Amino acid sequence: MEGGLVLLGGGSSGVSTNESAVLSKVEVVSEAESELELGLGLSLGGGGGGATGKTKAANSSWGECGRILTAKDFPSVVSQRSNNGGPFSGTKRAAESVSHESGSPSGASQVVGWPPIRSYRMNSLVNQAKAQRGDEGDSGVVEKDKPKDALKKKLNSNGKQTTVNEKGHLGFVKVNIDGIPIGRKVDLNAHSSYESLAQALEDMFLRSANSLEKEPLALSKLLDGSSEFVLTYEDKEGDWMLVGDVPWRMFVSSVRRLRIMRTSEANGLAPRFNESNERQKSKPI
Amino acid sequence: MNYFPDEVLEHVFDSIASHKDRNSVSLVCKSWYRIERYSRRRVFIGNCYSISPERLIARFPGLKSLTLKGKPHFADFNLVPYDWGGFVYPWIKALAESGIGLEELRLKRMVVSDESLELLSKSFANFKSLVLVSCEGFSADGLAAVAANCRFLRELDLQENEVDDHRGHWLSCFPESCTSLVSLNFACLKGEVNLGALERLVSRSPNLKSLRLNRLVPLDTLQKLLMRAPQLVDLGIGSYVHDPSSEASNKLKHAIQRCKSIVSLSGFLEVAPRCMSAIYPICGNLTTLNLSYAPGLHGNKLTKLIQHCRKLQRLWILDRIGDKGLGVVASTCKELQELRVFPSDPFGAGNDAVTEEGLVLVSAGCPKLNSLLYFCQQMTNAALITVARNCPNFIRFRLCILDPVKPDPVTNQPLDEGFGAIVQSCKRLKRLSLSGLLTDQVFLYIGMYAEQLEMLSIAFAADSDKGMLYVLNGCKKLRKLEIRDCPFGNSALLEDVGKYETMRSLWMSSCEVTLGGCKTVAEKMPSLNVEIINESDQTEFNLDEGQKVDKMYLYRTLVGHRKDAPESVWIL
Repeated sequence: MEGGLVLLGGGSSGVSTNESAVLSKVEVVSEAESELELGLGLSLGGGGGGATGKTKAANSSWGECGRILTAKDFPSVVSQRSNNGGPFSGTKRAAESVSHESGSPSGASQVVGWPPIRSYRMNSLVNQAKAQRGDEGDSGVVEKDKPKDALKKKLNSNGKQTTVNEKGHLGFVKVNIDGIPIGRKVDLNAHSSYESLAQALEDMFLRSANSLEKEPLALSKLLDGSSEFVLTYEDKEGDWMLVGDVPWRMFVSSVRRLRIMRTSEANGLAPRFNESNERQKSKPI
Repeated sequence: MNYFPDEVLEHVFDSIASHKDRNSVSLVCKSWYRIERYSRRRVFIGNCYSISPERLIARFPGLKSLTLKGKPHFADFNLVPYDWGGFVYPWIKALAESGIGLEELRLKRMVVSDESLELLSKSFANFKSLVLVSCEGFSADGLAAVAANCRFLRELDLQENEVDDHRGHWLSCFPESCTSLVSLNFACLKGEVNLGALERLVSRSPNLKSLRLNRLVPLDTLQKLLMRAPQLVDLGIGSYVHDPSSEASNKLKHAIQRCKSIVSLSGFLEVAPRCMSAIYPICGNLTTLNLSYAPGLHGNKLTKLIQHCRKLQRLWILDRIGDKGLGVVASTCKELQELRVFPSDPFGAGNDAVTEEGLVLVSAGCPKLNSLLYFCQQMTNAALITVARNCPNFIRFRLCILDPVKPDPVTNQPLDEGFGAIVQSCKRLKRLSLSGLLTDQVFLYIGMYAEQLEMLSIAFAADSDKGMLYVLNGCKKLRKLEIRDCPFGNSALLEDVGKYETMRSLWMSSCEVTLGGCKTVAEKMPSLNVEIINESDQTEFNLDEGQKVDKMYLYRTLVGHRKDAPESVWIL
């Protein structure tokens, strides 16, 4: 069984573990960066039955995961996922107590499927916000600090709304994989690194492979080029790029959607791909 | 009963447009049933799993237009697994093989594959109209097939679909011989189209009345299109950014002014507010205005625009308009019938947002208001009572307070009395969505007064089973009931299982119903499909009857269990 992969369908119990759940409860401890980044979780201790037993396995599999093609600079991130038991499974009383605890509308924002806005419209809002931010200047690096500050402010001010999370709560992007017509969605705000994202995508598609008639998808090591699939994304200019080339935050601010492509089709994707391909060859294992 | 030859009856039936009425007609007697079924051209199926394509075809061999809805409404809010179902392919395949001369297909919340679109485009020589709303599963390739193969295509209308691949080549696939287009809406597509192909297509479509562009159609193309299609009635502008003092802007203004027939305007997906003055000349004719995807418009520029729109009947807007802006709407748009106010920042502070004040202003100024969707920060009982008094004509009343259990901020009371006033005053109310702090009391009112209610959406409300019982017992015309996060359990669910056969569907998620309760419904009512949807990772469903069910969706059906459910769905 999945350890609590928070948003992406990994919860074992409780209601809100749909892959597009808005609830975000990732606690991330980054060894290299020594920063504590708190997710906007309601019960940071783990909602109900936090199955973090997977963490160990996750650690070791990351060790083997290999690096992203150009990922020399990326710190390896250890992620503790707390299972979201879903304080919202059940009655209004639960909702009330949650609202009471958090005190601010941010409590309300944690509910799956609320407010009831069609997902197309939600995604448009987010994308439009992204586009506007992008137009306001290339702040890929500058943005780095803003989201954390905004998050901290939000957590510190109970009952008071200060800045809105710059990233937007809803960082969902569509992800398609070659061979399966129906796409999935993944919340980029739930991740803080490429490894985390890759792991989530592997879980998502490896798990669903059992229910399809297709052959099992060899998705392991999605990012290091050793699998038959490669992870690509479309940026806000409409170009398809290989995932992993730019710093994570820059990627998050410019990504529109993801596609897991067969490596054979990914040639000539972007100039960087060939360049990084060569780099990979010379990289020690 | 039959004093007239069949042809005469057919002729009479032809003038009956409403599905409900035609359904009633077919029940009068056997010969009316027979005449009606052969002459029926349009069929509406609200739940694609309630009937099979084979039975549809058998009963209505003259079918020309089919409307199908797939996933439950809450699928729009990500509460339904992505692979739940709602596939259109089996329908298209069956229709294609039957020889039915399908001309129009309208789909909502269905999974539409490229394969389906290709099959559709090749199977029906006279196919004229494709409307897809909130669908997914297709790419530009499917659209290309439709463009290339449907020789007499009149309508291609894509609304809020999740399209997988947005490459623009599909538009170039319309052959030179295609001159029949009346409506083209690709606003939800994110890819570039060949602008030359678009211009030529519009030029050779003299009947084009509705054109909605996406964000990537630049301004100069817009200007050229408008010059070629001054007969347009409905326009969706994609990108609208220009320098008001420039030559391009003047040309655009001139082009817009020529379009004297435009009554519906939407889009502005990308907009520079200072350019809106070019639109003013046509504002006086507008009956429909949709600015809900234009967060760039707010403040004075927005209200100034609205002040020019005196004939407006339908307005979709973002809450950036604010209460003051709604005041402008109230004093300007006396013909207003439908208002939708969407949140521009669903999780944020809401400084721009609207409150009960804006709604009260609109209700006072727009007595013809009959349809409302209103996302707001707060609501009071007093406001709702006033609104109910001002606007007794509501058919649709959907209120969404962003904090789902917020009470009346002035009195700290639940909003029971306010909604109670609405249902008591609005005798024609068909659709109602509730929010805010609510007890069983509001459901007592709904059961008592909402006699015409057909659809009810409830979230985070009620104290006990009584709430649900009031509704089930009182609302005789109820067709769709969707409930989330309410303390309704088995005794409410099981009180009158026969009722569900009179309804299209019931959705309950995060309530207190158990597996045992759902099983009981399924046992007692073989004409219902009772689906348990499991979001968790377990491949096996927990078989403990006392286990609470995450999500239950039940619906009446004539064709038993569906065969295409994924593993996460268990049909009892």
